Amino acid sequence: MARIGVFVCHCGENIGRTVDCAQVAEACGSFPGVVHSVDYKYMCSDPGQLQIKEAIKEKGLTGVVVAACSPHMHEKTFRKAAAAAGLNPFLCEMANIREHCSWIHEDRARATAKAIDLTRFIVEKVKRNQPLVPISIPVERRALVIGAGIAGIQAALDIADGGREVILVEKEPSIGGHMSQLSETFPTLDCSQCILTPRMVEAFQHPRIKLMTYSEVESLEGYIGNFAVTIRKKARSVDDELCNGCGDCQSACPVKKIPSEFDAGLGKRTAIYVPFPQAVPNIPVIDRERCTRFKAMRKGKKKEVCGRCLKACGREAIDFAQEDRLITEKVGAIVFATGYQLYSIGEEQPREHLSGYGEYGYGEIPDVIDGMQFERLASASGPTGGRIERPSDGKEPETVVFLQCVGSRDPQKGIDYCSKLCCMYIAKHTMLYRHKVHHGRAVVFYMDVRAGGKGYDEFVRRAVEEDGAEYVRGRVSRLYRAGDKVRVCGFDTLSGEPLEMDADMVVMATAIQPQPGIESLAQKLSVSYDKSGFINEAHPKLKPVETNTAGIYVAGACQAPRDIPDAVAMASAAASKVLGLFSNEELERDPCVAQVDETTCSGCFHCERVCPYGAVEHLEVRDRGGNLIKVIAKVNQGVCQGCGTCQATCPSKSVELLGFTDAQIFAAINSL
Amino acid sequence: MSEATATRTPPAVDAFEPKIIAFVCNWCTYTGADLAGTSRLQMAPNVRIIRLPCTGRIDPLFIVKAFERGADGVIVSGCHPGDCHYTAGNFHARRRFAVAREIMGFLGIDLDRVTFSWVSASEGGKWSEVVNETTARVRKLGPFNTYRDLVAGS
Repeated sequence: MARIGVFVCHCGENIGRTVDCAQVAEACGSFPGVVHSVDYKYMCSDPGQLQIKEAIKEKGLTGVVVAACSPHMHEKTFRKAAAAAGLNPFLCEMANIREHCSWIHEDRARATAKAIDLTRFIVEKVKRNQPLVPISIPVERRALVIGAGIAGIQAALDIADGGREVILVEKEPSIGGHMSQLSETFPTLDCSQCILTPRMVEAFQHPRIKLMTYSEVESLEGYIGNFAVTIRKKARSVDDELCNGCGDCQSACPVKKIPSEFDAGLGKRTAIYVPFPQAVPNIPVIDRERCTRFKAMRKGKKKEVCGRCLKACGREAIDFAQEDRLITEKVGAIVFATGYQLYSIGEEQPREHLSGYGEYGYGEIPDVIDGMQFERLASASGPTGGRIERPSDGKEPETVVFLQCVGSRDPQKGIDYCSKLCCMYIAKHTMLYRHKVHHGRAVVFYMDVRAGGKGYDEFVRRAVEEDGAEYVRGRVSRLYRAGDKVRVCGFDTLSGEPLEMDADMVVMATAIQPQPGIESLAQKLSVSYDKSGFINEAHPKLKPVETNTAGIYVAGACQAPRDIPDAVAMASAAASKVLGLFSNEELERDPCVAQVDETTCSGCFHCERVCPYGAVEHLEVRDRGGNLIKVIAKVNQGVCQGCGTCQATCPSKSVELLGFTDAQIFAAINSL
Repeated sequence: MSEATATRTPPAVDAFEPKIIAFVCNWCTYTGADLAGTSRLQMAPNVRIIRLPCTGRIDPLFIVKAFERGADGVIVSGCHPGDCHYTAGNFHARRRFAVAREIMGFLGIDLDRVTFSWVSASEGGKWSEVVNETTARVRKLGPFNTYRDLVAGS
């Protein structure tokens, strides 16, 4: 006979304000099988947990139901309390009367009635719960880091320094990410490359980091502690063992006018190229879309054209026949650090709901550029060698207008969120510009200046007070060509007057978006993402670097717009989570897995066909004489993840998902 | 069971308030409903959630049973296609329900009483819309008496 204890939490006022907790406790006390039912201000507090522990011992409870917040919040807490009092933790469950009831309703009577119903469901379920024992699984103590920008590099270095092997995968030919493109960084104006390149080299030379550039994650199987990841190593067309990075092939390549991705389209590169001089590894790659040889091959020409790189290479490292290779690696944890891209205004959008800013003439007026392009103009390694020259005629601009919040905080353009970094980098841009063009005017159109961060507000003030940046509060409605200038039509909301001015160059702080293709990568890894494509953290406050999938962590700007200090902090946090996981040789796993009833299974193997994990094996049942009676299904509990699709599919109801058996679910429905 | 029945709050006399059961997956819709809660999105109090690991675990009999036990409407909701925490559970669920719909019609259940939806962990707003729309639709249809009348008549 079940002896269930019900514990109703007020959560301070969070539940008690809308739900009459005393009435819920009283009602639950009359449910059959409930021998103890109380309400208390904070069930998760020490005294609250003590009540549960004492009741288990004194009343000999066989099950505990805590009606409080979401089980995602405190199930572990209460199960731990139950276990401390000698009750199997899986006999303790939660009814969610906060997120699913008190917070979303105002009518006290109806919310209370709903809370009673929700608790009754769980009481009926718990009566049929079975004690379960966690499954122990071994942990493969190697990590995979996806994306080798500053976040990925930091995470990889921290994990490797902690003594574990790391596979660092980067889709571009070089590691470094966007940080390698920046000129100087806020709020200290230190040179981005100077602080980043040593870390890039460290990652490259680290004995425990296996670097895989120009590679992408193809597929992922397995679960926490036991992932098998398949990585596509894209064909570089250059043998990385033979190449010594001399650069002769680049000089020989006749295709020299390809817009350089690294220079944000302002500089040019060749078809065989190293993205930038400090690239790691310093091994070129052939852009097969643009290379004359590959173009001719695609057109079906049999004659081998061009091949100048081949002739130029003294080490015979060029390999036109190289193909993509698939490599499978076993890892125990994954850090997702794929970073961001800028919202490319006026161009084709990766997401349908994002409409462009046609009124800003981006792409048509050459002197309207985005923030990353300005970084390249200001960078000593950039196409102008650090001289500020406008793209149309190479003249030094006398007036530069900066527009903040282009795309960001504009629901009509499809992006509601604040991109967070732009206020700071625009302030930095005005300073960089004024340091180089002393007589120039830097005018910033802004909505608000959001400079929350250590030394950030001081930095913006310095831009205004010391470097003379002019801040105009208001939006710009239109940009158009007027002679060799760009006419800026805006509105000064502080004076309440329209404002028109001519600029030599306009820099737009366009919104931060996740990398294209993040959705498909997230689907491969089974992690969830929000409507903008940013990866969801497991909890916005308490689990900021974990995803909803155990063993997969997130760092940097793929989770939300992040500046360098934030990205590095997240990366180190994710690395410490990985090292924490790796400090155990074995891992305890949720025992809610499927189990086959050998007596009734007929061996139809529908379960095998629907199982997403291939967890169903064949078991031969023999009599004493060794004669085969039947072949039935058997679930490998180390592989089963507990989705329960097999149980809903089984025609003879011979497979049960522990923790969610038919008996439990039907009991809950029956109590309606 | 009888004791439990006695404690239930009687429905308001003036208006019919439908009882709706929602079978949702743990990873997307349950978390989305949690988000609706943390965002304090007010919604109709008619829906009671039963949490399952995955929509793939949902046996169509759960739905039939809910109607038999007095539900006026049912919601089934899980991860968007392609986003399943278990890779493919929701695809199996989708195929299963394509077939189950036919059977439910045969069993005398008006399919307007059943809502199938995809609500992700970040779609708290969408969850409240699903709850409100289903409640309004089922309220218009009135109580589901088909089975109760059958029992009463026998």
